[in-house]
Amino acid sequence: MKKTFGYLILLALALAAPFVVYPVLLMKLLCFALFASAFNLILGYGGLLSFGHAAFFGGAAYFTGHALKAWGLPTELGILAGTAGAGLLGLAIGLLAIRRQGIYFAMITLAMAQMAYFFFISAPFTGGENGLQGVPRGMALGMFDLSNDRTMYFFVLAICLGGFLLIARAVHSPFGQVLGAIRDNEDRARSLGYDIERYKLLAFVLSATLAGLAGATKTVVFQLASLSDAHWHMSGEVVLMTLLGGLGTIAGPAVGASIIIALQNYLASGPFAAWVPVVLGVIFVTCVLSFRRGVVGELRAFIRRSF
Amino acid sequence: MKLFKKLAASASALALLASGASAEISDGVVKIGLLTDMSGTYSDVAGPGTVTAAEMAIEEFGGTVAGAPIELVSADHQNKADIAANKARQWGDTENVDAFAELVTTSVAMAVFEVAKQQNKIALVSGAASSPLTNDACIPTGLHWTYNTRAMGVGTGSAVVAEGGDSWFFLTADYAFGESLQKDVSKVVEAAGGKVLGSVKHPFPASDFSSFMLQAQASGAKVIGLANAGGDTINAIKAAKEFGIVDAGQKIAGLLVFLSDVHALGLDTAQGLQMTVSFYWDMNDETREWSKRFFDKTGKMPTGIQAGTYSAVRHYLKAIEATGSDDTDIIVAKMREMPVEDMFAHNAVLRTDGRMVHDMYLAEVKSPAESSGPWDYLKIVRTIPGEEAFGPLSESTCPTK
Amino acid sequence: MLTDLLGFPPQVLFGQLLLGLINGAFYAVLSLGLAVIFGLLNIVNFAHGALYMLGAFATLGLTQYLGIGYWGALILAPVIVGAIGILAERVLLRRLAGIDHLYGLLLTFGMALVIEGVFVKIFGASGIPYAAPSQLQGGVNLGFMFLPWYRGWVVVASLAVCLATWYLFERTKIGAYLRAGTENPRLLQAFGVNVPLLTTLAYGYGVGLAAFAGVLAAPITQVNPMMGSNLIIVVFAVVVIGGMGSIMGAIITGMSMGVIEGLTKVFWPEASSTVIFLVMAIVLVLRPAGLFGKTA
Repeated sequence: MKKTFGYLILLALALAAPFVVYPVLLMKLLCFALFASAFNLILGYGGLLSFGHAAFFGGAAYFTGHALKAWGLPTELGILAGTAGAGLLGLAIGLLAIRRQGIYFAMITLAMAQMAYFFFISAPFTGGENGLQGVPRGMALGMFDLSNDRTMYFFVLAICLGGFLLIARAVHSPFGQVLGAIRDNEDRARSLGYDIERYKLLAFVLSATLAGLAGATKTVVFQLASLSDAHWHMSGEVVLMTLLGGLGTIAGPAVGASIIIALQNYLASGPFAAWVPVVLGVIFVTCVLSFRRGVVGELRAFIRRSF
Repeated sequence: MKLFKKLAASASALALLASGASAEISDGVVKIGLLTDMSGTYSDVAGPGTVTAAEMAIEEFGGTVAGAPIELVSADHQNKADIAANKARQWGDTENVDAFAELVTTSVAMAVFEVAKQQNKIALVSGAASSPLTNDACIPTGLHWTYNTRAMGVGTGSAVVAEGGDSWFFLTADYAFGESLQKDVSKVVEAAGGKVLGSVKHPFPASDFSSFMLQAQASGAKVIGLANAGGDTINAIKAAKEFGIVDAGQKIAGLLVFLSDVHALGLDTAQGLQMTVSFYWDMNDETREWSKRFFDKTGKMPTGIQAGTYSAVRHYLKAIEATGSDDTDIIVAKMREMPVEDMFAHNAVLRTDGRMVHDMYLAEVKSPAESSGPWDYLKIVRTIPGEEAFGPLSESTCPTK
Repeated sequence: MLTDLLGFPPQVLFGQLLLGLINGAFYAVLSLGLAVIFGLLNIVNFAHGALYMLGAFATLGLTQYLGIGYWGALILAPVIVGAIGILAERVLLRRLAGIDHLYGLLLTFGMALVIEGVFVKIFGASGIPYAAPSQLQGGVNLGFMFLPWYRGWVVVASLAVCLATWYLFERTKIGAYLRAGTENPRLLQAFGVNVPLLTTLAYGYGVGLAAFAGVLAAPITQVNPMMGSNLIIVVFAVVVIGGMGSIMGAIITGMSMGVIEGLTKVFWPEASSTVIFLVMAIVLVLRPAGLFGKTA
């Protein structure tokens, strides 16, 4: 009861937000919140550290951009195409990466994502360093003109809410339970008869697909796809967002993403403009050393202690 | 401080409204938003130095133009096109910025072009290099000031052929930019009677060029053209020197080399290298005087991108001064009508495709013995007339030219 | 020519093989350092690239400000950077003992961001030149190619360090402790060996190896704040290919990946930056534990 009420308030806030805050920034927040939540699915709930999620985020951005610009697909289909592309890429990388565990998993995903990055630099359709520019926003459902920022915002909000719901659903489903069991004790899960490789792969592909959905949506918002979205720095950033917000919590990644994006936006025009990478690094180190539960995790622990 | 500025701005706006002098300056202030790379790859060639350069242009006007105060805001786009687009959009939508300036690296410039087109604002591009900015990707209010890949590559290419370097082998960065640079220069080489013997595409970025250099050496070409930029060019030139390729008689032509690259290579390695520049601080009394002031503020001599930012901002303000308006269409028309005349460019014109056509210079890197100290790196060999460097307007593929 | 191999004269191939071996030497030294650290700390040191860069900057600093030349730096830079590593291990990494090893990776990633960010801020992004020592200027014509003395020295020096490391680990008492520490640290502690000290020293040694590679690289590439950041990903792939279990495995894999990359630069230059990742993918399919790894 209480929970439903809380969600309703959140929804009302989300609906009212574009009339108070700058809508483009809000859309960016939403996209990264979805990206981090998708990433959390594999790290927080699956216990697998992927250091290559930029490949799915950036890859979907390119696929969508190309589908909208060169093929002239309707916006929804373009986003679907990018998302599906990211899913396939996730399947290919996932099949290789799940062959090893732990640290090796991280290194393999990083290396494969770097390979994808090199492909995106030299592929003819990505525009190399220039990126893919001038992607049309088009119409939603053939009747809402997305060139209006507020209309675009509600479109993005709908997509991201759909993504969040899917993630929440997956986490609380039997599938999510098994995934948690694998994370906590792989051998026990195996002895219980679960085909853990299949569960891991499924989680990885789902995570990659949703990361792709975030990247595809972002392309439509900004009307461009660029290399920085596919760079390993982006893979690092999404780890940071998730860690900062709280691993394995539903709200954590969204909170973490909001903090990081707001910080980047704020620092960009201040006296600390040149220090952004250092600031991110310091937050990273601090989080790992003394803040491992993240903002939401700490908050939850605090509430539990106090009430 | 901010509050004070705002107060001052509104006070002066009020005063002006009373006198009726600047009824046409929207919201009583001329605001320029400068987007650059403060911390990444381009922070040396562009970066904080461009902010200083823009401030120097504003100072020349005493901080006000047509009776309205001039305000400069700047931000670090961190080389991310989406951050740049977001910032520009926000500046335009909510902070009444009238023009965007600098915009180093093409992905950023193109992203901001999209915003400028939608908001009908002026984009004064200095740092971005790609020729498409005034060709396929042009917009009516996008003004490309300092240089472009064609001018750099073609300038160096034709000069090298003229000196007898008539057979070429290219080391080309394997992405859109490298390929278009190679194509542009090949055309010039062949038109001048030279031959292109072959090329090798190297991945971007690459750190070790020794292998590619040996392939270039085996081709027997007189000239090895480097169709790449930045760290790739630096590493390629180092490898050529290390493997004795220059000593064996082959010539290296860097097609997109900047003063900061020479600084990074050191004269010992870079000496004799020919390059095309849009600006060099030690050309005449005017450039020396300006650069000296710049040096006093930053501790570095200005790059072409920084000097170009100064020139672009200054010309923009000149047009406001002349018309008493900051309306985008009026200003762009006025900027085209007036010749660009300052220490960076003389009698230069702004074309309808957005290209600012000014003379470029072929320079040669001095040997350590010729150099009298830090920053004394280049001697100007030849002036390349603007039309030759940038190509005639008829060649531009800009649809709105 | 009669002996043309796939359209390439053999002297071109010899040259490329040699160049590949030189690059392989860097991969070998760097992956060796990773393997040493992994062996005792069980973490993947993401800061390895940044520490390699620190080695190069230490060389530059020692030469420019203290007048200690290249040869002095060859010894001093690894010692200095190794000391920084030891400090980092004591102050930061030590606090992660007992929790998921992935946090070690994340911590060192953060360290790398900070170190590289600070250096870009101070020294700019375009890098600073560093000349090879005067004794190693110039080169020799081998008939099939011109070999700069310095590149020859790189191969010799890094092979010597690799083999010395191998000897230290496989043939000495300290090495026996180190290997025992990898297998069963608690038992070793019970025997009265100071395992935490051993761990710290191992991290210092691994970091020192990275810095050594940085010194070797200084005259070849620019001394650049970002010089290690892309390299480290390739080295990770090398480590996955070889498996981190064996010292000799790391050396051999590093060298051979350099050679494979070198040959790719001739036959399919566009793919030369991705070929090692491709090899990694193939190895994962055929032999998931890596070429020299023990099957789990």
